[in-house]
Amino acid sequence: MISITVNGQLHHIDADPNMPLLWAIRDLIGLTGTKFGCGAAQCGACTVHLNGEAVRSCVTKVSRAAGQKVVTIEGLSANNNHPLQLAWNEMNVPQCGYCQSGQLMSAAVLLRENPNPTDQDIDDAMSGNICRCGTYQRVRAAIHKAAAMQAEGAKI
Amino acid sequence: METNTISRRNFLRVSGLAGTALCLGFYFPANAKNEQLVSATAEASGFDFNAWIRIDTDGKVTLTDHRAEMGQGSFQSVPQIIAEELEVNLSAINVVFAQGNPTKFGSQITGGSSTIRGSYKRLLKLSATAREMLVTAAANEWKVPVSECYAEAGHVIHKPTGKKLNYGELVSAASQLTPPATVKLKETSQYKLIRKPLQRLDTPMKTNGEAVFGLDKKLPGMLYASVERSPRLRGKIKSFDDTAARKVPGVKQVFKIQMMVFNTTRDGVVVIADSTWAAMQGRKALKVEWDDTGFEHVNTTDIYKAHEDLLKTKEGLSAKKQGEPDAVLAKADKKIDVIYQTPYQAHAAMEPLNCIAHYQQDKIEIWGPIQAPDWVQGDISDKFKMPKEKVIVNMTFLGGGFGRKAFLDYTYEAVAISKQIGGPVQVVWTREDDVKQGPYRAGISYRGQGAIENGEISALKFKMAGQNIDHWSNPARDKANNSTTEGFLKPYYDSIKNISFADVPYEMPLPNMWWRSVYASTNGFAYESFLNEMAVLAGQDQLDLRRKYLKDERCQRLIDRMEEVSGWKARKKGDGFGVAITECFETTVGQIVKVSRHTNGKVKIDKVWAVMDCGWYVNPDIIKAQVEGSVVMALGAATIHEITFKNGLVEQSNFYDYLMPRMSDVPPVEVHIMENTADAGGVGEPGLPPFAPALTDAIFDLTGKRIRKLPFNMNEV
Repeated sequence: MISITVNGQLHHIDADPNMPLLWAIRDLIGLTGTKFGCGAAQCGACTVHLNGEAVRSCVTKVSRAAGQKVVTIEGLSANNNHPLQLAWNEMNVPQCGYCQSGQLMSAAVLLRENPNPTDQDIDDAMSGNICRCGTYQRVRAAIHKAAAMQAEGAKI
Repeated sequence: METNTISRRNFLRVSGLAGTALCLGFYFPANAKNEQLVSATAEASGFDFNAWIRIDTDGKVTLTDHRAEMGQGSFQSVPQIIAEELEVNLSAINVVFAQGNPTKFGSQITGGSSTIRGSYKRLLKLSATAREMLVTAAANEWKVPVSECYAEAGHVIHKPTGKKLNYGELVSAASQLTPPATVKLKETSQYKLIRKPLQRLDTPMKTNGEAVFGLDKKLPGMLYASVERSPRLRGKIKSFDDTAARKVPGVKQVFKIQMMVFNTTRDGVVVIADSTWAAMQGRKALKVEWDDTGFEHVNTTDIYKAHEDLLKTKEGLSAKKQGEPDAVLAKADKKIDVIYQTPYQAHAAMEPLNCIAHYQQDKIEIWGPIQAPDWVQGDISDKFKMPKEKVIVNMTFLGGGFGRKAFLDYTYEAVAISKQIGGPVQVVWTREDDVKQGPYRAGISYRGQGAIENGEISALKFKMAGQNIDHWSNPARDKANNSTTEGFLKPYYDSIKNISFADVPYEMPLPNMWWRSVYASTNGFAYESFLNEMAVLAGQDQLDLRRKYLKDERCQRLIDRMEEVSGWKARKKGDGFGVAITECFETTVGQIVKVSRHTNGKVKIDKVWAVMDCGWYVNPDIIKAQVEGSVVMALGAATIHEITFKNGLVEQSNFYDYLMPRMSDVPPVEVHIMENTADAGGVGEPGLPPFAPALTDAIFDLTGKRIRKLPFNMNEV
């Protein structure tokens, strides 16, 4: 049995310790917002927070998360009201939407570490997240928007 | 005021007990020419007619999206159309995906950029009909003239008194009425929802993890499958050893399966397990020996060499000919003769292929990211000898499709596996499967020949050589690829007298199929690049050349707009500006790309301006997003990735060797939409084809180097 706290809730799961955290979250815990895109830390669709850091859950062994705190897209905010989620909605960022959980989870760490990122900062922080629909221009604009909202005192 | 007539003769009424819901849809009889509009009370008919509109007595409005939602916006734009004439608030409705059912929805194939252009007139008529029935029911209730009543935000209002009834309160009475023979449709200027950049209804659920994609669907007792398929795209299993695979914890079964790929089959070894991970691990432990006798071990270099030989030695099958281009070319002094090449491409949608199937004695049920639920229903019904109505195909959100998820291999395979294990199963493809298995956009080569006389284009001759998608369904190669002229603007035919297009058949058993914008994506590069080369030969500005030969009024306005928004006339020395205009799926898109030499010596794309003329349209913000995304996809296919073959094996496998554009690679894209009263054209695909030729033209403008082979490396120009 491996114990992990996901979005504030403790789960005890019977998993092969080598199973990637991605599949433990999706198949065993049943949270499907975190996506499988490549299985090789190339696309970022599986990005979650492990103790506050953005990690690619498809190459992170579930054993590494034992006793640790994981946050997935479902736990990013209580009511879809993280400044990034608000900005994403306002600017119609997603198309197919499949990569967007990962985009948001990467952007959330960026925004926490760097409340006022430049275009270059955003490109650097987001370069690990692929969007095949090509929403990059809107992702960048929405991160700027969220930074502005955060600065105006929106709750993060 | 536009009036739409519904044939009363075709009106099919279902009467019976008092209804609990007003349902409106169409009935598409298999053998009849026209669809019939139907209304029914859900309980009365005993048959669920609720194609598109259902209003319950509690006022709940459910609208159906009959097409796949793969990012292009049908989940927003279909309801946005219906809500307009139905007079309901979009925030107060519930949207559901249709199941595959061509009798209710007509064609559901989400391809060819056809969702809006193929449905909007029907949807406007249907929703206006429902509204008129509700208004009539209210007027009857109040015993006032219908002309004194109007509908707004899910209510009917009596204008003189302000009396108001909710749609739900009118459902029972309205469902007893015969739909009116004619309904008035709004003028464009009266639209409250259509043509507005409304937020997409699927955005909230795509920002908090709630949206259910194919891979997210789970069934009780469901097992997972991963399949080892032939790495050479063809071939049979000689032998396999599953000893180690069966020892992997969680692995339940291992067996051989055949997947249908067009008119052939492909062997695979299936590993069934209690989690996706266990299935994948079990598969890794398999030892499979393949017999690919009879399948040529092809190399990419050989393919393009063969294309060139064909283009130089064969005239091919004529696709279109006017005038005498050969005679004009033979005597012309000023002429060019060049070859363009485009690569094989994988679709690489972010959501790898997957499908859940549950085969039962009396029915087959499927869930998945499916672009063509009606095709899947027909295919599974045929192949498994199950009546169509017993094949239930459920659509989920698609994590991208681009044509790949309209193919019938992965759904067939899932049903075959479910039948074998006797229970529900989810078959999950890995990224490597997705990249290595195809089908691919075929790499195509083109030869362009053209002549200039007295500053005018006197002849154009194009030939294409490459695999033909149609070949799989129609093996006879006695007719040219019917997409040979796709992407080329028709008004050129009026102003250039001598033109010919031919297709030189090239046979190769690599599975290939449509890929976003289909042949326009490769034709567009060749034909528009060639016109830019002709402009240089004629000593003309590229945009002026288009203005001269595209006399059509809509084209003229499009060109004016391109010139205006891009600052074409004010462009400076040292800037590289390129142009291309293509047409596909009834929509014309012109793009101007600006490049410059960066201080680090590399060529950088500064900006892309796109002008789209898609006629009647629904949501300008979704259109802009589609064009922005099309440019990114075109950028990848032109400069970053390609599928190559070596000794019959695909050389790429994942995003580390089939590279994707990243945020830092992407230029700003500015999109403009033309306003006119023409019929709707497509939106999801037409923004893609003009980008590559406009980019390479801009690079020529800057560097004098003409790029004729894709992909090319931006760092090396």
